[in-house]
Amino acid sequence: MAEIGANGAGSNGAATTATANGAGATEKSTWRNKVGLAEMLKGGVIMDVVTPEQAVIAEEAGASAVMALERVPADIRRDGGVARMSDPQMIKEIIAAVTIPVMAKARIGHIVEAQILQALGVDFVDESEVLTPADEQFHINKHAFKVPFVCGCRDLGEGLRRIGEGAAMIRTKGEAGTGNIVEAVRHMRSVMGGIRRIRAMDEAELMTEAKNLQAPYELVLEIHRTGKLPVPNFSAGGVATPADAALMVQLGAEAVFVGSGIFKSGDPAERAKRIVDAVTFAHDPEKLVEISTGLGEPMVGIDIRTLDEKELLAVRGW
Amino acid sequence: MVVNNGEMPRPRVGVLAMQGDYDAHVRAVEAAGGETFLVRTPDEVARADALILPGGESTTIGKLMARYGLDAAIKQAHAEGTPIYGTCAGMILLAKTIASGEKHGGQSTLGLMDIGVARNAFGRQVDSFEADIDAPRVAGTEPVRGVFIRAPYVAEAGPGVEVLGRYQDRVVLVRQGNVLASAFHPELTGDARVHTYFLKMIGAPADDGNGTT
Repeated sequence: MAEIGANGAGSNGAATTATANGAGATEKSTWRNKVGLAEMLKGGVIMDVVTPEQAVIAEEAGASAVMALERVPADIRRDGGVARMSDPQMIKEIIAAVTIPVMAKARIGHIVEAQILQALGVDFVDESEVLTPADEQFHINKHAFKVPFVCGCRDLGEGLRRIGEGAAMIRTKGEAGTGNIVEAVRHMRSVMGGIRRIRAMDEAELMTEAKNLQAPYELVLEIHRTGKLPVPNFSAGGVATPADAALMVQLGAEAVFVGSGIFKSGDPAERAKRIVDAVTFAHDPEKLVEISTGLGEPMVGIDIRTLDEKELLAVRGW
Repeated sequence: MVVNNGEMPRPRVGVLAMQGDYDAHVRAVEAAGGETFLVRTPDEVARADALILPGGESTTIGKLMARYGLDAAIKQAHAEGTPIYGTCAGMILLAKTIASGEKHGGQSTLGLMDIGVARNAFGRQVDSFEADIDAPRVAGTEPVRGVFIRAPYVAEAGPGVEVLGRYQDRVVLVRQGNVLASAFHPELTGDARVHTYFLKMIGAPADDGNGTT
Protein backbone atom coordinates (compact mmCIF):
# COMPACT_ATOMS: atom_id res chain seq x y z
CA MET A 1 0.00 0.00 0.00
CA ALA A 2 1.15 3.50 -0.76
CA GLU A 3 2.07 5.78 2.12
CA ILE A 4 -0.41 8.43 1.03
CA GLY A 5 -2.02 10.44 3.81
CA ALA A 6 -0.36 8.32 6.47
CA ASN A 7 -1.99 10.10 9.41
CA GLY A 8 -5.10 11.08 7.59
CA ALA A 9 -3.98 14.64 8.30
CA GLY A 10 -3.17 17.11 5.58
CA SER A 11 -4.80 15.05 2.89
CA ASN A 12 -7.10 17.74 1.56
CA GLY A 13 -8.80 15.26 -0.69
CA ALA A 14 -10.23 13.29 2.22
CA ALA A 15 -13.57 12.97 0.45
CA THR A 16 -14.74 9.47 -0.27
CA THR A 17 -12.93 7.85 -3.14
CA ALA A 18 -14.81 5.53 -5.41
CA THR A 19 -12.02 3.04 -5.94
CA ALA A 20 -10.35 2.25 -2.64
CA ASN A 21 -12.50 3.58 0.14
CA GLY A 22 -10.50 4.10 3.30
CA ALA A 23 -7.54 2.11 2.08
CA GLY A 24 -5.03 4.75 3.22
CA ALA A 25 -1.77 3.45 4.66
CA THR A 26 -2.51 -0.14 5.56
CA GLU A 27 0.06 -1.35 8.07
CA LYS A 28 0.23 -4.97 9.17
CA SER A 29 1.11 -6.41 12.58
CA THR A 30 1.54 -3.07 14.32
CA TRP A 31 2.34 -2.80 18.01
CA ARG A 32 -1.33 -1.87 18.52
CA ASN A 33 -2.38 -5.04 16.68
CA LYS A 34 -0.16 -7.11 18.96
CA VAL A 35 -1.13 -5.54 22.28
CA GLY A 36 -4.70 -5.30 20.95
CA LEU A 37 -5.02 -9.09 20.76
CA ALA A 38 -3.84 -9.30 24.37
CA GLU A 39 -6.53 -6.70 25.22
CA MET A 40 -9.15 -8.91 23.53
CA LEU A 41 -8.14 -11.84 25.77
CA LYS A 42 -8.71 -9.90 28.99
CA GLY A 43 -11.23 -11.25 31.44
CA GLY A 44 -10.79 -14.68 29.91
CA VAL A 45 -9.13 -18.04 30.44
CA ILE A 46 -6.44 -19.50 28.20
CA MET A 47 -6.28 -23.28 28.49
CA ASP A 48 -3.46 -25.73 27.81
CA VAL A 49 -4.56 -28.48 25.42
CA VAL A 50 -2.64 -31.41 23.95
CA THR A 51 -5.17 -32.74 21.39
CA PRO A 52 -7.82 -31.26 19.05
CA GLU A 53 -10.47 -32.98 21.20
CA GLN A 54 -9.27 -31.12 24.28
CA ALA A 55 -9.21 -27.88 22.28
CA VAL A 56 -12.88 -28.37 21.39
CA ILE A 57 -13.74 -29.06 25.05
CA ALA A 58 -11.92 -25.85 26.01
CA GLU A 59 -13.72 -23.79 23.36
CA GLU A 60 -17.09 -25.25 24.39
CA ALA A 61 -16.35 -24.33 28.00
CA GLY A 62 -15.73 -20.72 27.01
CA ALA A 63 -11.91 -20.52 26.78
CA SER A 64 -10.86 -17.27 25.11
CA ALA A 65 -7.80 -19.01 23.62
CA VAL A 66 -5.97 -22.32 23.81
CA MET A 67 -2.30 -23.09 24.27
CA ALA A 68 -1.34 -26.00 22.01
CA LEU A 69 1.40 -28.16 23.44
CA GLU A 70 2.56 -31.77 23.45
CA ARG A 71 2.54 -32.33 27.19
CA VAL A 72 1.00 -30.25 29.97
CA PRO A 73 3.53 -28.93 32.51
CA ALA A 74 2.64 -31.63 35.09
CA ASP A 75 3.71 -34.29 32.57
CA ILE A 76 6.82 -32.36 31.52
CA ARG A 77 7.73 -32.23 35.20
CA ARG A 78 7.12 -35.98 35.60
CA ASP A 79 8.91 -37.05 32.41
CA GLY A 80 12.02 -34.88 32.74
CA GLY A 81 14.43 -34.60 29.82
CA VAL A 82 14.41 -31.74 27.31
CA ALA A 83 11.02 -30.16 26.62
CA ARG A 84 10.75 -28.58 23.14
CA MET A 85 8.27 -26.90 20.81
CA SER A 86 5.40 -29.22 19.85
CA ASP A 87 5.15 -31.05 16.53
CA PRO A 88 3.69 -28.64 13.94
CA GLN A 89 1.24 -31.35 12.84
CA MET A 90 -0.37 -31.35 16.27
CA ILE A 91 -0.55 -27.55 16.34
CA LYS A 92 -2.10 -27.51 12.83
CA GLU A 93 -4.78 -29.95 13.93
CA ILE A 94 -5.63 -27.79 16.91
CA ILE A 95 -5.76 -24.65 14.72
CA ALA A 96 -8.18 -26.49 12.42
CA ALA A 97 -10.36 -27.68 15.30
CA VAL A 98 -11.28 -24.30 16.88
CA THR A 99 -12.05 -20.71 15.87
CA ILE A 100 -10.59 -19.08 19.01
CA PRO A 101 -6.93 -17.93 18.99
CA VAL A 102 -4.29 -20.63 19.28
CA MET A 103 -1.05 -20.03 21.17
CA ALA A 104 2.02 -22.24 21.27
CA LYS A 105 5.27 -22.35 23.23
CA ALA A 106 8.81 -21.81 22.01
CA ARG A 107 11.89 -22.37 24.15
CA ILE A 108 13.49 -19.27 25.68
CA GLY A 109 15.90 -17.86 23.08
CA HIS A 110 14.92 -20.37 20.39
CA ILE A 111 14.46 -17.97 17.48
CA VAL A 112 13.79 -20.73 14.97
CA GLU A 113 11.06 -22.42 16.97
CA ALA A 114 9.39 -19.00 17.14
CA GLN A 115 9.80 -18.52 13.37
CA ILE A 116 8.21 -21.92 12.76
CA LEU A 117 5.28 -21.08 15.01
CA GLN A 118 4.78 -17.75 13.25
CA ALA A 119 4.87 -19.44 9.83
CA LEU A 120 2.32 -21.97 11.08
CA GLY A 121 -0.13 -19.16 11.76
CA VAL A 122 -0.12 -19.39 15.54
CA ASP A 123 -1.81 -16.28 17.03
CA PHE A 124 0.49 -15.80 20.05
CA VAL A 125 3.89 -17.29 20.91
CA ASP A 126 4.71 -18.03 24.54
CA GLU A 127 8.47 -17.82 25.04
CA SER A 128 8.17 -20.14 27.97
CA GLU A 129 10.23 -21.30 30.93
CA VAL A 130 8.09 -24.46 30.96
CA LEU A 131 10.20 -25.69 28.02
CA THR A 132 13.92 -26.25 28.42
CA PRO A 133 15.75 -22.98 27.60
CA ALA A 134 17.74 -22.89 24.35
CA ASP A 135 19.73 -19.80 25.37
CA GLU A 136 20.85 -19.14 28.92
CA GLN A 137 21.79 -15.51 28.28
CA PHE A 138 19.40 -13.95 25.80
CA HIS A 139 15.69 -13.98 25.11
CA ILE A 140 14.23 -13.66 21.61
CA ASN A 141 14.11 -10.17 20.06
CA LYS A 142 10.34 -10.19 19.84
CA HIS A 143 10.10 -6.87 17.98
CA ALA A 144 11.46 -8.69 14.93
CA PHE A 145 8.33 -10.85 14.63
CA LYS A 146 4.85 -10.22 13.22
CA VAL A 147 3.27 -12.58 15.74
CA PRO A 148 2.81 -11.21 19.29
CA PHE A 149 4.64 -12.81 22.22
CA VAL A 150 3.83 -13.46 25.86
CA CYS A 151 6.58 -14.03 28.44
CA GLY A 152 6.60 -15.05 32.07
CA CYS A 153 8.05 -13.03 34.93
CA ARG A 154 8.58 -13.33 38.67
CA ASP A 155 8.86 -9.64 39.40
CA LEU A 156 8.43 -6.25 37.78
CA GLY A 157 12.01 -5.91 36.56
CA GLU A 158 11.85 -9.22 34.70
CA GLY A 159 8.48 -8.27 33.20
CA LEU A 160 9.79 -4.90 32.00
CA ARG A 161 12.87 -6.51 30.44
CA ARG A 162 10.56 -8.80 28.45
CA ILE A 163 8.38 -5.86 27.38
CA GLY A 164 11.56 -4.05 26.36
CA GLU A 165 12.37 -7.01 24.10
CA GLY A 166 8.91 -6.77 22.53
CA ALA A 167 6.54 -8.94 24.60
CA ALA A 168 2.95 -7.76 24.01
CA MET A 169 1.69 -9.51 27.14
CA ILE A 170 3.22 -10.45 30.47
CA ARG A 171 2.17 -13.29 32.73
CA THR A 172 3.35 -14.45 36.11
CA LYS A 173 5.40 -17.62 35.92
CA GLY A 174 4.03 -19.24 39.03
CA GLU A 175 5.35 -22.78 39.31
CA ALA A 176 3.77 -24.62 36.39
CA GLY A 177 2.49 -28.15 36.76
CA THR A 178 2.23 -28.09 40.55
CA GLY A 179 -1.43 -27.19 41.06
CA ASN A 180 -0.09 -24.88 43.77
CA ILE A 181 -0.97 -21.19 43.49
CA VAL A 182 1.61 -19.91 45.98
CA GLU A 183 4.28 -18.94 43.44
CA ALA A 184 1.84 -17.16 41.09
CA VAL A 185 0.63 -15.17 44.10
CA ARG A 186 4.20 -14.30 45.05
CA HIS A 187 4.94 -13.15 41.49
CA MET A 188 1.75 -11.13 41.06
CA ARG A 189 2.22 -9.47 44.46
CA SER A 190 5.75 -8.59 43.44
CA VAL A 191 4.70 -7.09 40.06
CA MET A 192 1.74 -5.13 41.46
CA GLY A 193 3.68 -3.96 44.51
CA GLY A 194 6.50 -2.80 42.25
CA ILE A 195 4.02 -0.79 40.17
CA ARG A 196 2.50 0.84 43.26
CA ARG A 197 5.97 1.73 44.54
CA ILE A 198 6.98 3.39 41.25
CA ARG A 199 3.70 5.25 41.13
CA ALA A 200 4.38 6.78 44.55
CA MET A 201 8.02 7.71 43.86
CA ASP A 202 9.48 11.13 43.31
CA GLU A 203 10.58 11.50 39.70
CA ALA A 204 14.17 11.93 40.85
CA GLU A 205 14.10 8.38 42.24
CA LEU A 206 13.10 6.68 39.00
CA MET A 207 16.52 6.22 37.39
CA THR A 208 17.85 4.47 40.47
CA GLU A 209 14.69 2.37 40.60
CA ALA A 210 15.26 1.39 36.96
CA LYS A 211 18.83 0.47 37.83
CA ASN A 212 17.72 -1.61 40.81
CA LEU A 213 15.02 -3.37 38.80
CA GLN A 214 17.39 -3.81 35.83
CA ALA A 215 14.54 -2.47 33.72
CA PRO A 216 14.35 0.03 30.82
CA TYR A 217 14.12 3.56 32.24
CA GLU A 218 11.43 4.64 29.73
CA LEU A 219 9.12 1.88 30.92
CA VAL A 220 9.67 2.84 34.57
CA LEU A 221 8.79 6.43 33.63
CA GLU A 222 5.66 5.27 31.85
CA ILE A 223 4.51 3.28 34.89
CA HIS A 224 5.16 6.32 37.09
CA ARG A 225 2.89 8.35 34.78
CA THR A 226 0.11 5.82 34.13
CA GLY A 227 0.20 3.57 37.19
CA LYS A 228 0.01 0.45 35.04
CA LEU A 229 2.04 -1.80 32.78
CA PRO A 230 2.14 -0.81 29.09
CA VAL A 231 0.84 -4.29 28.12
CA PRO A 232 -1.78 -6.59 29.67
CA ASN A 233 -0.74 -8.47 32.78
CA PHE A 234 -2.01 -12.05 33.01
CA SER A 235 -1.44 -14.87 35.47
CA ALA A 236 -0.17 -18.42 34.99
CA GLY A 237 1.36 -21.26 36.92
CA GLY A 238 -0.50 -23.31 39.51
CA VAL A 239 -4.18 -22.41 38.95
CA ALA A 240 -6.24 -25.50 39.88
CA THR A 241 -9.61 -24.23 41.13
CA PRO A 242 -12.14 -21.47 40.31
CA ALA A 243 -11.12 -19.81 43.58
CA ASP A 244 -7.46 -19.80 42.49
CA ALA A 245 -8.42 -18.08 39.25
CA ALA A 246 -10.56 -15.48 41.07
CA LEU A 247 -7.72 -14.90 43.55
CA MET A 248 -5.32 -14.02 40.74
CA VAL A 249 -7.87 -11.60 39.25
CA GLN A 250 -8.36 -9.89 42.61
CA LEU A 251 -4.59 -9.54 42.95
CA GLY A 252 -4.36 -7.79 39.58
CA ALA A 253 -4.35 -10.42 36.82
CA GLU A 254 -6.34 -9.30 33.78
CA ALA A 255 -6.81 -12.88 32.57
CA VAL A 256 -5.71 -16.35 33.62
CA PHE A 257 -3.81 -19.19 31.98
CA VAL A 258 -4.64 -22.68 33.19
CA GLY A 259 -2.16 -25.39 32.32
CA SER A 260 -2.39 -28.79 33.94
CA GLY A 261 -5.25 -27.76 36.25
CA ILE A 262 -8.05 -28.60 33.83
CA PHE A 263 -7.15 -31.77 32.00
CA LYS A 264 -5.45 -33.32 35.05
CA SER A 265 -8.66 -32.98 37.07
CA GLY A 266 -11.62 -35.34 37.52
CA ASP A 267 -14.09 -33.56 35.21
CA PRO A 268 -12.19 -31.31 32.78
CA ALA A 269 -15.20 -29.96 30.82
CA GLU A 270 -17.02 -28.86 33.97
CA ARG A 271 -13.91 -27.49 35.67
CA ALA A 272 -13.00 -25.52 32.55
CA LYS A 273 -16.45 -23.95 32.46
CA ARG A 274 -16.38 -23.08 36.16
CA ILE A 275 -12.94 -21.45 35.92
CA VAL A 276 -14.21 -19.31 33.01
CA ASP A 277 -17.17 -18.23 35.15
CA ALA A 278 -14.90 -17.55 38.13
CA VAL A 279 -12.77 -15.09 36.15
CA THR A 280 -15.86 -13.15 34.99
CA PHE A 281 -17.35 -13.10 38.52
CA ALA A 282 -14.07 -12.91 40.44
CA HIS A 283 -15.37 -10.11 42.70
CA ASP A 284 -18.73 -11.76 43.49
CA PRO A 285 -18.33 -14.23 46.42
CA GLU A 286 -21.97 -15.36 46.23
CA LYS A 287 -21.59 -16.39 42.60
CA LEU A 288 -18.25 -18.02 43.50
CA VAL A 289 -20.03 -20.26 46.02
CA GLU A 290 -22.24 -21.56 43.23
CA ILE A 291 -19.29 -21.84 40.83
CA SER A 292 -17.12 -23.76 43.30
CA THR A 293 -19.76 -26.21 44.53
CA GLY A 294 -19.67 -29.92 43.71
CA LEU A 295 -16.80 -29.78 41.28
CA GLY A 296 -15.10 -33.10 42.11
CA GLU A 297 -11.40 -33.83 42.27
CA PRO A 298 -8.89 -31.10 41.41
CA MET A 299 -5.47 -32.09 40.14
CA VAL A 300 -3.13 -33.44 42.79
CA GLY A 301 -0.95 -30.59 44.04
CA ILE A 302 2.72 -30.42 44.92
CA ASP A 303 4.14 -28.53 47.90
CA ILE A 304 6.80 -26.27 46.33
CA ARG A 305 9.06 -26.77 49.38
CA THR A 306 9.44 -30.46 48.49
CA LEU A 307 10.86 -29.55 45.06
CA ASP A 308 14.57 -29.58 44.46
CA GLU A 309 16.15 -26.35 43.12
CA LYS A 310 16.77 -28.19 39.83
CA GLU A 311 13.05 -28.97 39.50
CA LEU A 312 11.91 -25.34 39.63
CA LEU A 313 10.81 -23.95 36.26
CA ALA A 314 10.28 -20.33 37.33
CA VAL A 315 14.01 -19.67 37.79
CA ARG A 316 14.52 -20.04 34.03
CA GLY A 317 14.71 -16.65 32.29
CA TRP A 318 17.14 -13.77 32.62
CA MET B 1 -34.40 13.09 28.59
CA VAL B 2 -34.45 15.53 31.53
CA VAL B 3 -32.77 18.87 31.01
CA ASN B 4 -31.30 20.63 34.08
CA ASN B 5 -30.32 24.26 33.60
CA GLY B 6 -29.69 23.53 29.96
CA GLU B 7 -27.23 20.78 30.82
CA MET B 8 -27.87 17.22 29.70
CA PRO B 9 -27.23 14.62 32.40
CA ARG B 10 -24.27 12.47 31.45
CA PRO B 11 -25.51 9.24 29.89
CA ARG B 12 -24.73 6.04 31.81
CA VAL B 13 -23.24 3.54 29.44
CA GLY B 14 -23.12 -0.11 30.46
CA VAL B 15 -20.10 -1.98 29.08
CA LEU B 16 -20.63 -5.73 28.91
CA ALA B 17 -17.83 -7.30 30.95
CA MET B 18 -18.13 -11.02 30.33
CA GLN B 19 -14.74 -11.08 28.63
CA GLY B 20 -12.81 -8.84 26.24
CA ASP B 21 -11.48 -5.27 26.00
CA TYR B 22 -14.15 -3.68 28.18
CA ASP B 23 -11.57 -1.50 29.98
CA ALA B 24 -10.62 0.15 26.70
CA HIS B 25 -14.31 0.94 26.02
CA VAL B 26 -14.67 2.43 29.49
CA ARG B 27 -11.80 4.82 28.72
CA ALA B 28 -13.25 5.68 25.28
CA VAL B 29 -16.75 6.41 26.60
CA GLU B 30 -15.35 8.57 29.38
CA ALA B 31 -13.23 10.47 26.85
CA ALA B 32 -16.44 11.05 24.88
CA GLY B 33 -18.16 12.51 27.97
CA GLY B 34 -20.22 9.54 29.14
CA GLU B 35 -20.33 7.74 32.47
CA THR B 36 -19.71 4.02 32.51
CA PHE B 37 -20.30 0.93 34.56
CA LEU B 38 -19.48 -2.72 33.94
CA VAL B 39 -22.37 -5.03 33.13
CA ARG B 40 -22.40 -8.64 34.33
CA THR B 41 -26.04 -9.22 35.34
CA PRO B 42 -29.47 -8.77 33.70
CA ASP B 43 -30.30 -6.03 36.26
CA GLU B 44 -27.26 -4.06 35.19
CA VAL B 45 -28.35 -4.36 31.54
CA ALA B 46 -31.71 -2.85 32.47
CA ARG B 47 -30.09 0.14 34.21
CA ALA B 48 -28.03 1.26 31.17
CA ASP B 49 -28.91 4.26 28.97
CA ALA B 50 -26.81 2.59 26.30
CA LEU B 51 -24.88 -0.66 26.00
CA ILE B 52 -21.52 -1.62 24.53
CA LEU B 53 -20.58 -5.15 23.50
CA PRO B 54 -16.77 -5.07 23.45
CA GLY B 55 -14.18 -6.89 21.39
CA GLY B 56 -13.01 -10.26 22.64
CA GLU B 57 -13.91 -13.79 21.71
CA SER B 58 -17.46 -13.98 20.40
CA THR B 59 -17.78 -17.65 21.33
CA THR B 60 -16.73 -16.96 24.94
CA ILE B 61 -18.85 -13.84 25.36
CA GLY B 62 -21.86 -15.52 23.70
CA LYS B 63 -21.69 -18.53 26.01
CA LEU B 64 -21.37 -16.42 29.16
CA MET B 65 -24.24 -14.15 28.05
CA ALA B 66 -26.48 -17.17 27.60
CA ARG B 67 -25.33 -18.85 30.80
CA TYR B 68 -26.19 -15.78 32.89
CA GLY B 69 -29.36 -14.63 31.14
CA LEU B 70 -27.86 -11.50 29.59
CA ASP B 71 -28.92 -12.41 26.05
CA ALA B 72 -32.61 -12.08 26.94
CA ALA B 73 -31.96 -8.89 28.92
CA ILE B 74 -30.08 -7.28 26.02
CA LYS B 75 -32.84 -8.21 23.54
CA GLN B 76 -35.34 -6.65 25.95
CA ALA B 77 -33.26 -3.46 26.27
CA HIS B 78 -33.01 -3.27 22.49
CA ALA B 79 -36.77 -3.65 22.15
CA GLU B 80 -37.14 -0.71 24.57
CA GLY B 81 -34.90 1.45 22.39
CA THR B 82 -31.59 1.30 24.29
CA PRO B 83 -28.79 2.08 21.82
CA ILE B 84 -26.20 -0.68 21.46
CA TYR B 85 -22.69 -0.53 19.98
CA GLY B 86 -20.65 -3.67 19.24
CA THR B 87 -17.02 -3.83 18.13
CA CYS B 88 -15.50 -6.91 16.45
CA ALA B 89 -16.82 -9.78 18.61
CA GLY B 90 -19.65 -7.41 19.55
CA MET B 91 -20.52 -6.98 15.87
CA ILE B 92 -20.62 -10.77 15.46
CA LEU B 93 -22.94 -11.09 18.46
CA LEU B 94 -25.29 -8.42 17.06
CA ALA B 95 -25.53 -10.10 13.64
CA LYS B 96 -28.50 -12.12 12.47
CA THR B 97 -26.30 -14.72 10.81
CA ILE B 98 -22.68 -15.81 10.62
CA ALA B 99 -21.95 -16.12 6.93
CA SER B 100 -18.62 -17.88 7.38
CA GLY B 101 -16.04 -18.82 9.99
CA GLU B 102 -18.62 -20.07 12.45
CA LYS B 103 -17.41 -22.30 15.27
CA HIS B 104 -17.87 -26.01 14.54
CA GLY B 105 -21.24 -26.96 15.96
CA GLY B 106 -22.57 -23.43 15.49
CA GLN B 107 -22.78 -20.42 17.76
CA SER B 108 -25.74 -18.33 18.74
CA THR B 109 -26.01 -14.58 18.24
CA LEU B 110 -28.44 -11.91 19.44
CA GLY B 111 -29.64 -11.22 15.89
CA LEU B 112 -30.35 -7.53 16.50
CA MET B 113 -28.95 -6.37 13.15
CA ASP B 114 -30.01 -7.58 9.74
CA ILE B 115 -26.46 -8.47 8.74
CA GLY B 116 -24.46 -11.60 8.01
CA VAL B 117 -20.83 -11.45 9.16
CA ALA B 118 -17.77 -13.32 8.00
CA ARG B 119 -15.69 -14.24 11.09
CA ASN B 120 -11.88 -14.03 11.22
CA ALA B 121 -12.34 -12.90 7.63
CA PHE B 122 -9.01 -11.14 7.10
CA GLY B 123 -6.94 -14.09 8.32
CA ARG B 124 -5.18 -15.02 11.54
CA GLN B 125 -3.36 -12.72 13.97
CA VAL B 126 -0.28 -12.29 11.74
CA ASP B 127 -2.64 -10.74 9.16
CA SER B 128 -4.07 -8.20 11.62
CA PHE B 129 -3.63 -4.61 10.42
CA GLU B 130 -4.45 -0.92 10.74
CA ALA B 131 -5.90 1.29 8.01
CA ASP B 132 -7.64 4.63 7.61
CA ILE B 133 -11.40 4.31 7.29
CA ASP B 134 -13.47 7.11 5.80
CA ALA B 135 -16.63 7.47 7.84
CA PRO B 136 -17.86 11.02 7.12
CA ARG B 137 -21.32 10.60 8.66
CA VAL B 138 -19.76 9.35 11.90
CA ALA B 139 -16.45 11.16 12.21
CA GLY B 140 -16.40 14.05 9.73
CA THR B 141 -13.84 14.54 6.99
CA GLU B 142 -10.82 13.08 8.80
CA PRO B 143 -10.75 9.30 8.48
CA VAL B 144 -10.69 7.17 11.63
CA ARG B 145 -7.78 4.80 12.20
CA GLY B 146 -9.20 1.29 12.06
CA VAL B 147 -7.40 -1.30 14.19
CA PHE B 148 -8.42 -4.72 12.84
CA ILE B 149 -7.59 -7.76 14.99
CA ARG B 150 -8.67 -11.17 13.65
CA ALA B 151 -11.53 -9.05 12.42
CA PRO B 152 -14.86 -9.87 10.81
CA TYR B 153 -16.63 -7.88 8.11
CA VAL B 154 -20.23 -7.51 7.01
CA ALA B 155 -20.80 -9.94 4.16
CA GLU B 156 -24.56 -9.39 3.78
CA ALA B 157 -26.75 -6.49 4.84
CA GLY B 158 -30.52 -6.07 4.73
CA PRO B 159 -32.25 -2.97 3.31
CA GLY B 160 -32.57 -1.27 6.73
CA VAL B 161 -28.82 -1.29 7.31
CA GLU B 162 -26.89 1.92 6.72
CA VAL B 163 -23.30 1.40 5.58
CA LEU B 164 -21.11 4.00 7.34
CA GLY B 165 -17.61 2.81 6.52
CA ARG B 166 -15.67 0.45 4.31
CA TYR B 167 -12.15 -0.96 4.16
CA GLN B 168 -11.46 -1.33 0.44
CA ASP B 169 -14.67 -3.05 -0.73
CA ARG B 170 -15.49 -4.60 2.66
CA VAL B 171 -18.24 -3.16 4.84
CA VAL B 172 -16.81 -2.58 8.33
CA LEU B 173 -19.02 0.07 9.99
CA VAL B 174 -22.83 -0.15 10.00
CA ARG B 175 -25.89 1.18 11.75
CA GLN B 176 -29.43 -0.08 11.89
CA GLY B 177 -31.82 2.02 13.94
CA ASN B 178 -30.37 2.19 17.45
CA VAL B 179 -27.65 -0.39 16.82
CA LEU B 180 -24.13 0.48 15.71
CA ALA B 181 -21.38 -2.00 14.87
CA SER B 182 -17.76 -1.84 13.74
CA ALA B 183 -15.40 -4.62 12.69
CA PHE B 184 -12.50 -2.55 14.03
CA HIS B 185 -11.60 -1.14 17.45
CA PRO B 186 -11.86 2.66 17.87
CA GLU B 187 -11.49 2.03 21.62
CA LEU B 188 -7.81 1.14 21.12
CA THR B 189 -6.82 4.36 19.36
CA GLY B 190 -7.47 7.17 21.84
CA ASP B 191 -9.74 8.79 19.22
CA ALA B 192 -13.21 9.09 20.75
CA ARG B 193 -15.14 10.23 17.65
CA VAL B 194 -16.98 6.95 17.04
CA HIS B 195 -17.95 6.76 20.73
CA THR B 196 -19.06 10.41 20.60
CA TYR B 197 -21.31 9.54 17.65
CA PHE B 198 -22.66 6.59 19.61
CA LEU B 199 -23.48 8.72 22.67
CA LYS B 200 -25.46 11.06 20.41
CA MET B 201 -27.70 8.10 19.53
CA ILE B 202 -28.99 8.11 23.13
CA GLY B 203 -32.35 9.80 23.34
CA ALA B 204 -32.36 10.48 19.61
CA PRO B 205 -35.00 8.85 17.45
CA ALA B 206 -33.64 5.98 15.40
CA ASP B 207 -32.79 7.81 12.21
CA ASP B 208 -33.62 5.06 9.77
CA GLY B 209 -33.79 1.32 9.45
CA ASN B 210 -36.59 -0.60 11.02
CA GLY B 211 -37.62 2.13 13.41
CA THR B 212 -37.05 0.05 16.50
CA THR B 213 -38.10 2.79 18.89
